[in-house]
Amino acid sequence: MLHTEVRELKLPDTPSPGMRVKSGDTMPAIVEVNDLRKTYSGGFEALKGVSLTIQAGEILALLGPNGAGKTTLISTLCGITQPSSGSAIVGGHDIQKDFREARRLIGLVPQEVALEPFEKVINTVRFSRGLFGKPRNDALIERILRQLTLWDKRDAQIKELSGGMKRRVLIAKALCHEPRVLFLDEPTAGVDVELRRDMWQIVEELRQDGVTIILTTHYIEEAEAIADRVAVINGGEILLVEQKAALMKQLGRKVLRIDLTTAVQAVPEALAGYDLELSADGTSLTYTYDTRAERTGITRLLQDLAGAGLSLRDIQTKESSLEEIFVGLVKEGAA
Amino acid sequence: MNFLAIGAIYKFEMARFFRTLLQSFVSPVLSTSLYFVVFGAAIGSRIQEVEGVSYGAFIVPGLIMLSVMTQAISAASFGIYFPKFIGTIFELLSAPVTFFEIVIGYVGAAATKALFIGTVILATAALFVDLEIQYPLAMVAFLLMTCISFSLFGFIIGIWAQSFEQLQLVPLLIVTPLVFLGGSFYSISMLPPVWQTITLFNPVVYLVSGFRWSFFGQADVSIGFSLFAIAAFTAICLFLVWRIFKTGYRIRS
Ligand SMILES: Nc1ncnc2c1ncn2[C@@H]1O[C@H](COP(=O)(O)OP(=O)(O)OP(=O)(O)O)[C@@H](O)[C@H]1O
Ligand SMILES: [Mg+2]
Repeated sequence: MLHTEVRELKLPDTPSPGMRVKSGDTMPAIVEVNDLRKTYSGGFEALKGVSLTIQAGEILALLGPNGAGKTTLISTLCGITQPSSGSAIVGGHDIQKDFREARRLIGLVPQEVALEPFEKVINTVRFSRGLFGKPRNDALIERILRQLTLWDKRDAQIKELSGGMKRRVLIAKALCHEPRVLFLDEPTAGVDVELRRDMWQIVEELRQDGVTIILTTHYIEEAEAIADRVAVINGGEILLVEQKAALMKQLGRKVLRIDLTTAVQAVPEALAGYDLELSADGTSLTYTYDTRAERTGITRLLQDLAGAGLSLRDIQTKESSLEEIFVGLVKEGAA
Repeated sequence: MNFLAIGAIYKFEMARFFRTLLQSFVSPVLSTSLYFVVFGAAIGSRIQEVEGVSYGAFIVPGLIMLSVMTQAISAASFGIYFPKFIGTIFELLSAPVTFFEIVIGYVGAAATKALFIGTVILATAALFVDLEIQYPLAMVAFLLMTCISFSLFGFIIGIWAQSFEQLQLVPLLIVTPLVFLGGSFYSISMLPPVWQTITLFNPVVYLVSGFRWSFFGQADVSIGFSLFAIAAFTAICLFLVWRIFKTGYRIRS
């Protein structure tokens, strides 16, 4: 029941101001997933009817705990696993019937690092481009390798690279055939801060070129920093898809912190009706409220504080992060 | 047809071959020389001639076939098994290529390697014995068909195998015995009648016989049968490849 409740929160799909659109007001859908199901040969149902529309040029963060079905969804869209039922369309092409046209548009950076160990960096990248039916373009490959700071390593064998460098090679391989839709399956897992920043930079540049990006991540700050929309998946079901900003606004809880001029021993009797927490040193109170509620109770609280004879030194509010929202959702879903 | 993709796969696979070129070159030369020492010198001193051909020359087509078949199988089976094993197969599966194009790339590269090795053996053999090839075109055709059909067969094994042990299993337990018992080093007319009949169930007999015919103009079985055998074997392999493609057997979950 909670699922439906959550779904009701969904806003109409209006573009957020944060999204850049190349032309026109309406964004065409570039990926349309329709009741996609996947049951693995062992009988495990990893996707239980996923429907999802992704707009051209947006960045969608796919969040969900381990085993939620993120990789399965991506693998199915990319052609690595076959859907049990349902359909998906990428750039107007059915991923099964017109797989060639659909896949031409798709770049994939898989979660697991898998590379031919004895081949040179530049050759594996050239290979990917050829495999996607694109003629050789050394200038483009040089630019991508430079961007990923792999140019100096271009003649090194893959096995001589560090883990983070291998991940960069995977990214280079996905970018070298100029995809319009890019799937990044945990691109920043096990990657240093520098590469993570480079990654974000690259994502930003790709977004400016109009590339649609779907990324999964367990770093919610990452989704918060770069995504336009957030989809939460758990147990093979999409729990919600929401504009990031709206999501935070709708589901967000805010914390009001009140610093007192003089410490108190306990929360005064008069304020017992509020769910207040007193800090250990007695100098500050925190009040958590729901921004969705009609009355947040802040005005009355502030009046009552004054009435109880407390004088305030400072007040601050803090919005909850996506992570808190996300953990809350998944818990609700499990309940 | 995504020719660029076929080319990319072919080049990538050939690069693997060139990385180990010395090894690819030395091992057939060495083993051929050893066969000549062992079979040619030791046995050849007792069997001077088989069907009017010196024993040393007689074994050349069989030797080439033996190496070409095993090399084609091992190159093609390893070629497709390795990406499965290390996980890079994801890229093939997510690329805009048909299964058919993947097969052409891998089988083409494996067949090229086998052809190279066959040629090296032929050249090495020419150093030891006088060789005359009566039907050079037929010889090349047989060699090519063997390279291609056994590479196809190897590709199927590579798809089927789920471990390195399984990868070795078929070549070791089936192919090598069939080749050794397939008249590579003797004429089946030298066998007792019962064994001659049994041997006719060995498909390799037809290949070796046909190949030898292109060298010396003589065969254990008629050349028509040989052509039919290799065509049938190729057809079976193609059918299996097509089934694998239809069902996604052991590649696409
Ligand atoms: N090849 C497979 N055969 C059987 N079950 C599988 C297979 N691959 C994945 N699963 C199961 O499907 C479910 C979803 O897996 P998936 O890899 O899609 O999760 P995920 O959301 O990507 O998780 P993570 O965050 O850990 O990467 C899991 O329960 C997993 O065990
Ligand atoms: Mg995953």
